[in-house]
Amino acid sequence: MAAKEFDIPKLPTYIEIPELNHGVMDGDGPFKSVEEFQKPLGFPGEKIDNWQEVAIAKMGELKSKYRSVQVFLDSCVKCGACTDKCHYFLGSSDPKNMPVARQDLFRSVYRRHFTFAGKYFPKLVGAKELDDDMLDDWYNYFHQCSQCRRCSVFCPYGIDTAEISMAAREILDTVGVGQKYCNQILGKALTVGNNLGLPEPALRDTLIDLEEEVEEDFGAPVKYPLDVKGAEILLITPSADFFAEPHIDGLIGYGKVFYQDGVSWTMSSYASEGANFGMFIGSYDIMRKAALRIRKAALDLEVSRVMVGECGHAWRVAYSFWNTLSGVGAGAQSSDEHAMRLQKQLDDRYPQPQHIIEYTHDLIQRGKLNFDKSENDDRTVTFHDSCNVARATNMGGIEGGQFILPRDVIKAVCNNYVDMERSTIKESTFCCGGGGGLLTDDLMEIRVKGAMPRMQALKEVEKNEGVNTLAAICAICKSQFSKVLPKFDFDPYMIVSVHQLVSAAIILDKPQTTNSSPDGQTDAEEPVIEAEETAETE
Amino acid sequence: MSTISIIFTALFYISLFIFIVGMGRKIYQFSVTPAPLKIPTAPTPLTQTGVVFRMIREVTLFESLFRSNKWIWLFGFLFHFGLLLVLVRHLRYFIPGDLPEIFLLMQPFKYAAFAMVIGLGGLLVRRIFVPRIRYISAPSDYLMLLMLIIIGVSGVIMTFTNNHTDVIMVKAFASGLVTFDWANLPTETHFLVHLFLVFVLLAIFPISKLLHVPGVFFSPTRNQVDDARKKRHISPWALKQEKEHAVKLDQTLGKDE
Ligand code: HEM
Ligand code: SF4
Ligand code: SF4
Repeated sequence: MAAKEFDIPKLPTYIEIPELNHGVMDGDGPFKSVEEFQKPLGFPGEKIDNWQEVAIAKMGELKSKYRSVQVFLDSCVKCGACTDKCHYFLGSSDPKNMPVARQDLFRSVYRRHFTFAGKYFPKLVGAKELDDDMLDDWYNYFHQCSQCRRCSVFCPYGIDTAEISMAAREILDTVGVGQKYCNQILGKALTVGNNLGLPEPALRDTLIDLEEEVEEDFGAPVKYPLDVKGAEILLITPSADFFAEPHIDGLIGYGKVFYQDGVSWTMSSYASEGANFGMFIGSYDIMRKAALRIRKAALDLEVSRVMVGECGHAWRVAYSFWNTLSGVGAGAQSSDEHAMRLQKQLDDRYPQPQHIIEYTHDLIQRGKLNFDKSENDDRTVTFHDSCNVARATNMGGIEGGQFILPRDVIKAVCNNYVDMERSTIKESTFCCGGGGGLLTDDLMEIRVKGAMPRMQALKEVEKNEGVNTLAAICAICKSQFSKVLPKFDFDPYMIVSVHQLVSAAIILDKPQTTNSSPDGQTDAEEPVIEAEETAETE
Repeated sequence: MSTISIIFTALFYISLFIFIVGMGRKIYQFSVTPAPLKIPTAPTPLTQTGVVFRMIREVTLFESLFRSNKWIWLFGFLFHFGLLLVLVRHLRYFIPGDLPEIFLLMQPFKYAAFAMVIGLGGLLVRRIFVPRIRYISAPSDYLMLLMLIIIGVSGVIMTFTNNHTDVIMVKAFASGLVTFDWANLPTETHFLVHLFLVFVLLAIFPISKLLHVPGVFFSPTRNQVDDARKKRHISPWALKQEKEHAVKLDQTLGKDE
């Protein structure tokens, strides 16, 4: 692949708003999808003949199905407050990467076709036709948005460019102009069960290897069970956790926490993926299809809890959308058979779904885990709030819990923790630069440029506080940082999973006999045994 | 009645009609369009009360804008707050007969016009001179500000210079519009311009970015409660699809479980 040469941005001492550089990020966008990947998702294999007509009709459909799209298209006053909030603009200086300008690629077409002023006075209100050039711009610039929603925090009306870029990508798919990276992955996730296309036997082998390795390294028979019927917890984690560095150290950590708690848990080979790229391409139906696999796994395995591993957008989909899409949650009406079937099975004393951080945090609070914090004394840690976790979810049911809990967990296992600059964390966090379906080599330029603001804040704490470890709870962030850290003169291995830090410090003694339920549910012993048997006999 | 008075009386009703029907349709459209997914943006309230307070802060203080950009906030706030006071003060013309006591207290509100014009001026200067904002501006964005500035300045001229209009006559005209007891209006140019542009503003309200007024209340990222795990939130179209298993992906990806 002939990657385009580009300059890696210099890290300034503080983030400046760049001068506009028109067209610097102009281009063909990421690799286009082909028939093989389009067809299974129900999209045309190539750009269809009457694409304009179909695209406009789809736009009409989407704005009538999504209030966000309709309201956001109508409400922007072009105040400019969001213009300097996007990391891709700050890093690339291309004005079309300013959130409102990105929306305007879409809005100008909306105005032309759906508003009085745009139909009769297009020049006056900046209404434009959806021609080939515009479609190219859509494809290019809507794949330079990581749907991180930082702009939405700062807009006086909460206008969320992510919603617009999802809608744009759905229209693009509908006319046959899909993105290869996302759609190829979705094909695997929806047929094999995970984004890697790792079939059940390979997954099982990987986990057995992992068990051996962990036992060798830590001297405790920590299990990584697969497809154990009747386990208490079903863990849904991004498939990167099964093999990628540093992700796998996080998975090792989850296993150790479960082991120490003595709870029975399992993963599923049918639903071995936490990531849900259906969100990135904006398709409700596809996102739902992926979510239904998890529902099926939960029903088939008869678990009473569904838990989610460290993955940013997975947690968004799980926390905010699963209840809607597939009934994994609580509070369905009794007449709602679809949701009730599952919700009756799930244990309502726990949040459903629950994040692994919430689980570990709760065990720490209840004094169930012991740590040797000195194991992490070689580290000075800072935490990267992943956008989807930070801006679209909650943890622990307390306001701002998604910021508090991960920090609490890190501080419980590390002695040295510092935060990055306030305007670059929590709800204002800067995206890693690789989210939203951009984590592909053909988008390396925008990924590196978009990482600049995060790298700048990191550089500051590295210089001033001696930070040498960047912890995150998102598979995409971890992969992206591994790639871009060295480009900004950081050690690529400084990025770790939060549960890797937990893993390093946790003291493994015999699993406690009492079970983790708040009021001591006692029937969990058996599945543990069953878990071990299944893992060995198959 | 003079021809000009008849024209302006007619224009008032026409623009008011467009405003009411247009806004009614738009608000109806916003309210019937479902929000199929929970998408509130942090910092997110976990309760309905929290959402109400968030919305109040957004509408009265422009909270998000304040965090975002102090200059835009300052000018925007001066303009809107000024406009609010000016509008309240204008009620005096439309209320027939003697005014309730509290209108005396509103006398100082006339200075709000300066806040309004200064705010608008600041916004216009930014729109022209900040390259990022110039880049995102269409002609209509400048025109909107110009129009409001002309309205504001012509108002200031009438209130604070020797070019006063006949306020008694204005009152008779305006309250006549309300009571359908139509009267002549003063015909100084700056008053007619002032009035005409207000009518234009009313008429374009439902077809322009002034839709931010209803929009802010309907914005799902701001008006949703963060309780997705506790309550099943599902839109009518999604529920229908779920009940009928009507997802089109069945042929390629198999039936739902
Ligand atoms: C619920 C009431 C309202 C709220 C919460 C609100 C809020 C805002 C905010 C936050 C902005 C962006 C900042 C700025 O540029 O000033 C804005 C802009 C604007 N508002 Fe409002 N507004 C309201 C009512 C009105 C009304 C009644 C008008 C009638 C003329 C109006 C006209 C404008 C205009 C013209 C702009 C654009 C300013 C520019 O071009 O920079 N607003 N509004
Ligand atoms: S902050 Fe919101 S209203 Fe202002 S320009 Fe950006 S999207 Fe439009
Ligand atoms: S959602 Fe994030 S990436 Fe997209 S325009 Fe907004 S700030 Fe930029």
